[in-house]
Amino acid sequence: MKYVDEFRDPEMAKVLLKEITKISDTLAKNLKRPVYIMEVCGGHTHSIFRYGIENMLPDSLELIHGPGCPVCVLPMGRVDDCVAIAEQENVIMTTFGDAMRVPGSKRSLLQAKALGADVRMVYSPLDALTIAKKNPDKEVVFFGLGFETTMPSTALTVLKAEADGIKNFSLFCNHITIIPTIKAVLDSPDLQLDGFLGPGHVSMVIGNQPYNFIAEHYHRPVVVAGFEPLDILQSLWMVLAQLNLGEARIENQYKRVVPERGNKMALTAISRVFELRQFFEWRGLGSIDNSGVQLNAQYAAYDAEKKFVTPSVVIADPKSCQCGEVLKGAIKPWQCKVYGKACTPETPLGALMVSSEGACAAYFQYGGARIENMQAKQSQKIIPIQPVIEEASL
Amino acid sequence: MNVVEKNLHVPSNSETPIESTRLRQGKLVSSVITLAHGGGGKAMRDLIDDVFINAFSNSSLNTLEDQARFQLSDLAQYGDRLAMTTDSYVIDPIFFPGGDIGKLAICGTVNDLAVGGAKPLYLTCAMIIEEGMQVSTLRQIVQSMADTAKAAGVFIVTGDTKVVERGSCDKIFINTAGIGVINQGYQLGVHKAQAHDRILVNGYLGDHGAAILNARGDMHLSSPIESDCAPLHELIEVLLKAAPNTRFIRDATRGGIASVLNEIAEASRCGIEIRETDTPIRNEVKGFCEILGLDPLYLANEGKLVAVVPADETAAALTAMRTHPLGRDAADVGYVLEDGRAGRVHMQTSFGGKRIVDMLVGEQLPRIC
Repeated sequence: MKYVDEFRDPEMAKVLLKEITKISDTLAKNLKRPVYIMEVCGGHTHSIFRYGIENMLPDSLELIHGPGCPVCVLPMGRVDDCVAIAEQENVIMTTFGDAMRVPGSKRSLLQAKALGADVRMVYSPLDALTIAKKNPDKEVVFFGLGFETTMPSTALTVLKAEADGIKNFSLFCNHITIIPTIKAVLDSPDLQLDGFLGPGHVSMVIGNQPYNFIAEHYHRPVVVAGFEPLDILQSLWMVLAQLNLGEARIENQYKRVVPERGNKMALTAISRVFELRQFFEWRGLGSIDNSGVQLNAQYAAYDAEKKFVTPSVVIADPKSCQCGEVLKGAIKPWQCKVYGKACTPETPLGALMVSSEGACAAYFQYGGARIENMQAKQSQKIIPIQPVIEEASL
Repeated sequence: MNVVEKNLHVPSNSETPIESTRLRQGKLVSSVITLAHGGGGKAMRDLIDDVFINAFSNSSLNTLEDQARFQLSDLAQYGDRLAMTTDSYVIDPIFFPGGDIGKLAICGTVNDLAVGGAKPLYLTCAMIIEEGMQVSTLRQIVQSMADTAKAAGVFIVTGDTKVVERGSCDKIFINTAGIGVINQGYQLGVHKAQAHDRILVNGYLGDHGAAILNARGDMHLSSPIESDCAPLHELIEVLLKAAPNTRFIRDATRGGIASVLNEIAEASRCGIEIRETDTPIRNEVKGFCEILGLDPLYLANEGKLVAVVPADETAAALTAMRTHPLGRDAADVGYVLEDGRAGRVHMQTSFGGKRIVDMLVGEQLPRIC
């Protein structure tokens, strides 16, 4: 397939892997442990597993799968609120495909649908607006979620609803922002990370400059990476090359998509309709200040949380869940007490088992062989880990 | 009178005409199906006569007995075991590029018989119709069933019609059950895969699933992808002649090739490895999956089979399959591992990595971003 195969060339992969191994082995020798690089974005996690990249990497390099799966980090209480709105009379709830599966404390949207709620999958928030136009006697709610990647399309939909004078459309907003999240990860005391693969699609919207603090204050290199397998290998190589020179800079590997200063139109749309929430709770990570957004006062009429009464109960993550430690790279998914036992993609307890972008679900679906290898290796080498269970609560 | 002709491939002019067994032939006057057409009275009789009998016409069906009757000696000429299967067809939309629910209802059941090594002979047809359906639409579906059955050499020998209130079903649901006879020589089984056996497919995978998703129109993509819906019994006959020790065949319908491979690995307690580079998937389907974040290995097929063939018969099997129009793009996609972990399916990715191909949990849903 043109414009795709070029980024999946196994011969070029071999060249890159050779270089990666060379630098990584040297670095790990000095560190006396593997080099740890976190891919922040769930899209990267998905690609890494889909193409079997983890199995191709040398032992001296380990990937830590970060918190960038918006479906995974949504807390149960928010899903409960969404289900409660969906189950009200006269409501059509709309959302993206994989958001329908996220478990609430009682049920997911898929289960609510089976029990009679009108829940519809859409490919774009604009589809929700079309449904609202076609059903003027119904209240159509869009369950919006995602980082800055999906925020502009939601913002534009709200602006279009305003322009078209559509009153029966509202947004149940669960959008989150990436920067406070990365900061929370970096501030975590049990963290060991040498560098980051920056989220490509988020950066397409916000540009590269917002990451400067990672290099300046935390002295970690960041390479904004594309999602094809060669993109990922090249970005890993770029992070390693910086580490090798003792540098910490923000680099852009995904230049064909990511402009240095982001997408101005998208950013304008976001700032017109959204404002930061002071508190927003994450599954597995607890509350992160200023990490969520909501509609501002001018667009309050489109805010489903103002239009509908919701239980708004905060549900703590199950105690046995170690999602937080996995998200911060303190433990591997398969080291979690409930992984593959009480927590499976069929009956996910924790956030990371929910979406195919979640680290645990990805391991479960694609990564068994790697786990077997790593378990064998693990018994021989000791990685300093200080597990800290942080209970999510507000 | 009540038996189907000894030679199944008799031309239609030798079939018992309706007039010879019935005083009058019903004529449907309404242009819309109503509850009356399932009520057991004259309206239903008119529907059956005018739509079903007209299209499916054969001596067994035309007598309108409550059951089809077969001479055991007729069946015995084809082999030593009966094969029986049933499947219900519900699909949205009912007409799609490459087929419709009627064609699907014949092909699906013919294939379920054929993959067991059976010669498909007789089918039943039960329909649940939502009131309000246009008679012209129903005729189109029924004609498609008749054409497909004729081409596949099977007879629809008995049936049932129900009409339900609006909202109680989605336009039309069809159930077909089928009977076939298995040749003495064939002993296919899902538990029979052995180390070094090859995994063969008869062509491009995922066409049906992609065509249906696309036909729903939500994505507003214009795409030439057509469903691969086709009866596979002839191709299977060709394959089994060339590779008589074939261990197992299954049509890769819902859940795609990934599910079939997992079923084989589990039942045969073996590991299986496939190669992404050798797995035939059209660029259009790949592109469609890229956009939606779907995996083509899990997309449904309606005219694709997975065969487990002993290594020494693989070349013959592939050559033979490629002589048939439905096997032109047949490919050897992988093999049964000697020391694989039982129940596990791996894929060598085209990128040079390796990943597990697991059973699908729930439905494949498009990814958020």
